Amino acid sequence: MPLTRDQIVQRAARELRDGYIVNLGIGIPTLVANHVPAGMDVWLQSENGLLGIGPFPTETEVDADLINAGKQTITARKGASYFSSSDSFAMIRGGHIDLCILGAMQVSQHGDIANWMIPGKMVKGMGGAMDLVAGVKRVVVAMEHNAKDGAFKFVNKCSLPLTGQNCVHMLITDLAVFEFDEAKKKFVLTEVAPGETVQSVRAKTEAGFGVAEAVRTVAV
Amino acid sequence: MLKKTFPTAADAFADLKSKGVLRDGMTVMVGGFGLCGIPEYLIAALRDSGVKGLTCVSNNAGVDDFGLGLLLQTRQIRKMISSYVGENATFEKQFLSNELEVEFNPQGTLAERIRAGGAGIPAFYTATGVGTPVAEGKETRAFFRPGQGVGGATIPGKGFGGRSVKPGSEGRATQSGEAREYVLETGLYADLALVKAWKADEFGNLIYRETARNFNPMMATAAAFVIAEVEHIVPTGEINGDAVHTPGSFVDRIVKATPEKRIEQRTVRKG
Repeated sequence: MPLTRDQIVQRAARELRDGYIVNLGIGIPTLVANHVPAGMDVWLQSENGLLGIGPFPTETEVDADLINAGKQTITARKGASYFSSSDSFAMIRGGHIDLCILGAMQVSQHGDIANWMIPGKMVKGMGGAMDLVAGVKRVVVAMEHNAKDGAFKFVNKCSLPLTGQNCVHMLITDLAVFEFDEAKKKFVLTEVAPGETVQSVRAKTEAGFGVAEAVRTVAV
Repeated sequence: MLKKTFPTAADAFADLKSKGVLRDGMTVMVGGFGLCGIPEYLIAALRDSGVKGLTCVSNNAGVDDFGLGLLLQTRQIRKMISSYVGENATFEKQFLSNELEVEFNPQGTLAERIRAGGAGIPAFYTATGVGTPVAEGKETRAFFRPGQGVGGATIPGKGFGGRSVKPGSEGRATQSGEAREYVLETGLYADLALVKAWKADEFGNLIYRETARNFNPMMATAAAFVIAEVEHIVPTGEINGDAVHTPGSFVDRIVKATPEKRIEQRTVRKG
């Protein structure tokens, strides 16, 4: 059984560590904020200039000057700081962010990622995605394993224009979890969704990947 | 002392054509992230000035009827330099019909290009965009990461410790000691910058508020003429020097206004 959206989010949340500075992409990754384990102190960075995102505001707390990168109204937690976009990307590009979790249209077996444009379609822009994948210490992609029409998304080589090359450390899909092995220069399958097997995952994957000695089942 | 404060945005713009600041084909930087921290009244005054053929440097392009969307509606913008323009149908229409030229920059590269331009730095290398359409046609060069050099020293082309720098293909942070590819990006400098701050003194010292700061501080340094729209003006001396975000010397004119502060995505929790 493929993982639900919420189960993908919960699996991604297990990559959080106490004290981490984390940037969450727009969409599914944003939901990871709802699953920070109790007792763990995680600081969420928003690339428009905030370290320490708090919960969404109540109706009376709404403040037009306080938004996240998805332009949603938010609050700031105790100890939060505000800074300019150039300071924000010094943090991102300079390797001062421990983890980012983002979505993707395609990931290649080399760890390339494509998530910002489809040729022939209206291009909205890459926002901060290229800076994040180039600069953050650990890049985790959370996405559906295949497109709605069944097309491969974990591919040999991205057919879409890249957001970054050789930058993905971990790929979490509704079918499996892959870790990039720096020494072997390839992804290694470490976990499968309940009911999935190495063979069933391979059948739905174009990319080549290795298999860990002990493949675990994703705890749900 | 030269008076920098003007009662309205229209007053602040009144003599800018005769002074040669406003002209067709000029480049304008406009602060803000989405609709947060945009100089609402200055954008309207720029529209009313009728100047056209503009190149606008701004992270986003507003929405159809607010922010830079106002200047798109009147077709005063020829080119946008932005990182994301998702929420504007007018933009989409003009872009698809080739009326509007767009140069997409990664958000951090855009921020740094503006910072560099304002700081007198003509170009810099960044890892952002290497291997993507953004780097096409641009010079690339291999360096060790700043943190990899001995004592932080990285000598371009020579490396450190007598080792030569050869390009590695690794984007990930590795301990392998391989050099990494970087792409050359240029600094940006404009004819005019329109910024939004929360509070100013009469000298032009600026304080921004929360995430409305975004691109405004860099833009205030990166244009020949800088106008700041603020919510409060206090006499010079009333702002603590330690609290100043943008020193007043960067600011030519100040306009006090009460902004609408439209919200794009009002998201609330119960409670």
